[in-house]
Amino acid sequence: MQIDWQSYNPGDFHDEMIERPGAPRPTAQRLAAYLESLDRKDLDEKKLAAQLAIKTMGISFTVYSDGENIDREWPFDLIPRVIPAPEWEVTRRGLDQRVRALNCFIHDVYNDQKVFKDKIIDPELILDSVNFRPQCLGIKPRYNVWAHICGTDLIRDEQGRFMVLEDNLRVPSGVSYMLENRRVIKRVFPELFENYDIQPVTEYPQELFDMLASLSPRRQAFPEVVVLTPGIYNSAYFEHSYLAQRMGAELVEGSDLVVENDRVYMRNIGGLSQVDVIYRRIDDMFLDPAVFNSESMLGVPGLFQAWVKGNVSLANAPGAGVADDKVVYTYVPDFIKYYLDEDPILPNVPSYRCFNDKERQHVLANLDKLVVKPANESGGYGMLMGPQASASEREEFARRIKDNPRNYLGQPLISLSTVPILGNRAAEPRHVDLRPFILQAADSYVTPGGLTRVALVEGSYIVNSSQGGGSKDTWVVMG
Amino acid sequence: MLSRVAERIYWQARYLERVENTARLLSVFSSLLLDLPGRTKLGWRALVRITGTTESFATRYNIATEINLAQFLISDDCDASICSMLSMARENARTTREVMPTEAFERINNLYYYTQSAADGAVVRSARNEMLERIIESCQQIFGMLAGTMSRDASYTFVRMGRALERADMVTRIVDVGARKLFSHPGKGAVAPRFPEPYEGILWMNVLRSQSAYQMYRQHVRRRVNGEDVVRFLLQDEEFPRAAIHNLTTISKILSKLPNNAEVDDLVDEAKRHVMQSQVADLLEDGLTEYIDEIQIKFAAIHDAVTRTWFLPGN
Repeated sequence: MQIDWQSYNPGDFHDEMIERPGAPRPTAQRLAAYLESLDRKDLDEKKLAAQLAIKTMGISFTVYSDGENIDREWPFDLIPRVIPAPEWEVTRRGLDQRVRALNCFIHDVYNDQKVFKDKIIDPELILDSVNFRPQCLGIKPRYNVWAHICGTDLIRDEQGRFMVLEDNLRVPSGVSYMLENRRVIKRVFPELFENYDIQPVTEYPQELFDMLASLSPRRQAFPEVVVLTPGIYNSAYFEHSYLAQRMGAELVEGSDLVVENDRVYMRNIGGLSQVDVIYRRIDDMFLDPAVFNSESMLGVPGLFQAWVKGNVSLANAPGAGVADDKVVYTYVPDFIKYYLDEDPILPNVPSYRCFNDKERQHVLANLDKLVVKPANESGGYGMLMGPQASASEREEFARRIKDNPRNYLGQPLISLSTVPILGNRAAEPRHVDLRPFILQAADSYVTPGGLTRVALVEGSYIVNSSQGGGSKDTWVVMG
Repeated sequence: MLSRVAERIYWQARYLERVENTARLLSVFSSLLLDLPGRTKLGWRALVRITGTTESFATRYNIATEINLAQFLISDDCDASICSMLSMARENARTTREVMPTEAFERINNLYYYTQSAADGAVVRSARNEMLERIIESCQQIFGMLAGTMSRDASYTFVRMGRALERADMVTRIVDVGARKLFSHPGKGAVAPRFPEPYEGILWMNVLRSQSAYQMYRQHVRRRVNGEDVVRFLLQDEEFPRAAIHNLTTISKILSKLPNNAEVDDLVDEAKRHVMQSQVADLLEDGLTEYIDEIQIKFAAIHDAVTRTWFLPGN
């Protein structure tokens, strides 16, 4: 016996597998018992098989380091994370509600701006944001939806409650790893599935395709849907190619597209053919050198105008990132009330906005206790982890906050929940978050579970794959 | 389909076929060596000529020994080596995953990793043979998998076209070298020596083996192995899948799946006429090398037209 839940001790953290040492939670009991029945040799074999499967399947991500691109295999832990279905159902409704409110907000910002007139939020906070695109004012995308694909990061606190950490509305990534994690587990650990009813995740590419096809400006049986990638050197290239393959859509680079008469065409072996919907995995600023960053080699000149004319749909719409901002985040509960007249189902992490004098004073006085985040960075970059930071790092951040208060946000350090990973010795507790993906057009769809990211280093809260995080298969299970 | 994707698929097929052919050549040379008496010096340099890498080889090695050739064609960091061709095939596969069957990508990926790890041990003849066999098998599996799972659309047409053109090209190179004689006796002056009689059959037999053609030759030609029949079989036999004419005919047949195919079609017809009209017996006496050169030029023209018609982004 290698794994012994008696000696597995997550300390004061909320652990999702056990209630206390030796006592697995009801939905995890069968999984815990099965893992306990395996000996060292079984576990080592499974681990090796998983590594091989990942290598064979070519599941990789690219890391930039010292100016070089390194294609790394996806770090993966074998023990699935279990979420009870009734609890997930509430979370799912909360995510759907949240993204609906966010889409109302984005549409309002670029059209009627009632949210400013009704003084829900200060217009300066939005109109001065680096993610606000004045070029998008007055545009009405189909269904008034701007953020069609959203990846919302959730954490569980000390009591095990799901809370929203941030909403990724620009080009959220990770869904391919969610799908591949399930494939790997099925390949190397089929025995695990025998005792559980696990909600399948495999329909995501189909749901994604149907949602994208529903955006087509031309009403025809087979709209041309493409995935636009920055190319093979992008860190998420694996995912772009994976989703294109699973949807049966073309994977295009900017140089494969050309705009003529405000219509978008792709360069085919037989000449040009019109494109209806572009699932773009390129940031706004690189989409169209004629409108945004004129230096961009990745984009397509004229693309923006073709979108404005309604001849092509872009998902997510340019400008959707205006709601992907950690200051805007703090207003989402207000938006849910304002636009939907509903109570928020999922809470935010309590936050202090540095543009507000009182709240900024609180942040500056408590830098050793708080996490400070910049409003517009992603991937965990540019953050201050107060309790672990050195005095000089804290001073540096105090200076940055005073220079540009709008750009910073303080949050208490939430003690993230833990789940067991298969360490070298036995099962060891590690911190996790969860990124479900929400699709929205006429209807919405939420992935059952999502991508679980896990900090592989003991005690660490950093789950990003670019900074040493790994991932796990995530199960939403009945009873 | 996208021009860029079409080009990558075409090259992926060419590289895989070239990997298979290179592995076959190396393995046949090793076995030919065992069939020959010690006094005949095996012309390893012929492999350099067949693979069209004379310059690249010369920058790395002074003499064409078995070990040097094995290293050069298996593991060196040069365009001709199996390792780097597989790495290019894999890169093309990685960047066309959205259109290729998943299982095929996994095979190519595995073959790439296997070759990387086994390459260093391949200077030892027994280990090398095992490795080459596995490479040949894997290439066959990959093409078999593509044939068994891909719809007969434009994508698959580019797989077949890349493979057929590569095969036709390779078989003519091999015929050329067979005709030039793979051996040379030391110290016989400038005049090309006549190959020692009992071994001429062995030479041509191995030319056939390098194309897996020996068995089919026996069944269909039914004569003792001799230069004239072997050359005719490898160039002009419509039914043998590695014969030059068979591959040109394949290209003619599948071209209808592609738009704007007139120019390529004409060039393929021209190459077919050229291959079929020759009198092999006369050519063996004189002019085979020039004749093969002309065929190669026609193949290059087909490739250029393919690139111009379907791959150039201008359209």
